[in-house]
Amino acid sequence: MTRRNALKIAGATLGAAAFAKAIAPIAEWGAEESVDEFLQKHYRELSPEALAKVITRLEQETKEDYGAEVHISDPRPQEGVKFGYALNLSICVGCRRCAEACHKENNHDRPSGNSYIRVLEMQKGSIDLAQGNVTYTHPVSDSEKYYMPVQCQQCDNPPCVHVCPVEATWKEKDGIVVVDYNWCIGCRYCEAACPYHARRFNWTKPEIPKEEINPVQAYLSNRIRPQGVMEKCTFCLHRTREGRLPACLEACPTGARVFGNLLDPKSEIRWVLANKRVFVLKEELGTKPSFFYFFDK
Amino acid sequence: MGLKAPLYFHPLVAVAFLSVGAWWLCAVEPQKTSGPAVPVSGSSTGATLVRHAVNIKSGPETPTVLTNALTHTGEPVPVACSTCHATRTPDLARRRAEEMKDFHQGLAYKHGDQTCLSCHNAANYDTLHRADGTSVDYPRVIELCAQCHGPQHRDFQAGAHGGMNGYWDLSRGPRERNTCVSCHDPHAPAYPKVRPVFAPVDRGARQQHSREQAHEAKESAHE
Repeated sequence: MTRRNALKIAGATLGAAAFAKAIAPIAEWGAEESVDEFLQKHYRELSPEALAKVITRLEQETKEDYGAEVHISDPRPQEGVKFGYALNLSICVGCRRCAEACHKENNHDRPSGNSYIRVLEMQKGSIDLAQGNVTYTHPVSDSEKYYMPVQCQQCDNPPCVHVCPVEATWKEKDGIVVVDYNWCIGCRYCEAACPYHARRFNWTKPEIPKEEINPVQAYLSNRIRPQGVMEKCTFCLHRTREGRLPACLEACPTGARVFGNLLDPKSEIRWVLANKRVFVLKEELGTKPSFFYFFDK
Repeated sequence: MGLKAPLYFHPLVAVAFLSVGAWWLCAVEPQKTSGPAVPVSGSSTGATLVRHAVNIKSGPETPTVLTNALTHTGEPVPVACSTCHATRTPDLARRRAEEMKDFHQGLAYKHGDQTCLSCHNAANYDTLHRADGTSVDYPRVIELCAQCHGPQHRDFQAGAHGGMNGYWDLSRGPRERNTCVSCHDPHAPAYPKVRPVFAPVDRGARQQHSREQAHEAKESAHE
């Protein structure tokens, strides 16, 4: 064997080994993610048939991973509807039942106690969100404090949407900012951009006991999210696009929450906007929230 | 009359005001908040829109008081208020439950300067009464509360006070709303202090906990 041939063989062997090593992740990835999932298009580019297939696959995966029979729908925005939410800070007592209802309704990870709602205990006379306390456990309400639940404000000018590098999040016609969990790459830019701290990241694959899974799910809202993607409040679109009230409102024992169609002049939310002194959080940022706060007095 | 009198004395102006007032009285109907689903026709497409009901939870049925007598199953016998009060003369001087000798002593009362008979009807203890003396049945207690709590009643009628369940879109389904006493104890109406639920989980503490668990699992595997 000449020296030249020996070098050729050695080079080829090294090259083949390097190539095998380089493509190894693809072989491993096969177990975690199906080819269909990898090749899935963006939600807004899916044909109805393709979406139906995706939904069937997701339902099967939930069955395999969690042992739960779930139904995933895809309710679309209603014509002539734009959602608005108002919260009466004079009435809220800070019991956190809204946050708990959100946790259950939206199939959040149980160990982390995740919820799209954070209830801030605020000093009366201050509106500095950074001073809000979220870890209080004493009986409420404290007469020196007021309580401000904060969730996604469904902004008309949403910074989270502008920063997404892959257009995995967008604003729908009825005002709801949604995420395609299968398109999100988990960069968390949107989490950083949101001035209301309203977005959450799935650090782990959500752990939920089979019997606690809410089987009424939608593709863009409360279906169980994969690990490594962003999620957010969708005003419970799987309920509200069917005409029902959001879970946090139904759970509120004091009636501090008012929800409805901003385009209907006879709606309760429009009455609040016309008759109460409403304000939005961080108005100076120009985010144009669809979520309003007010005091009775 | 000429132009000497100011314009607002002019009879035509008065007639105009009267007619506007009359139109307003006819046009503004009291808001209807409950009743069965009524089909409303006349939409632009000609389709019939169904408007579902907003059911306001009824107030309590006519209340009863538990007595010392026991039923055959060992439960106290409930009697209607009128059972005792029919034979007793109302004592208007009594203002507080603590002053009572036979019944009601334990009642914690904190509702302004109201007395028992401000709301309870001495003429028929199985009902309540309005300020003008007319009686109100217990299930319609909202009409009684509304006399003093006008702003709350206004907000309630507009759908901006009180908890609710069901549909925001009444063309798709009904809604159920609380009445005043669903949340407010009529004898002590201030909303009570509650212990908050669902305390946030401290992520740092949880990670520490899972690290410890993993460590223990490793130790036991080594043994």
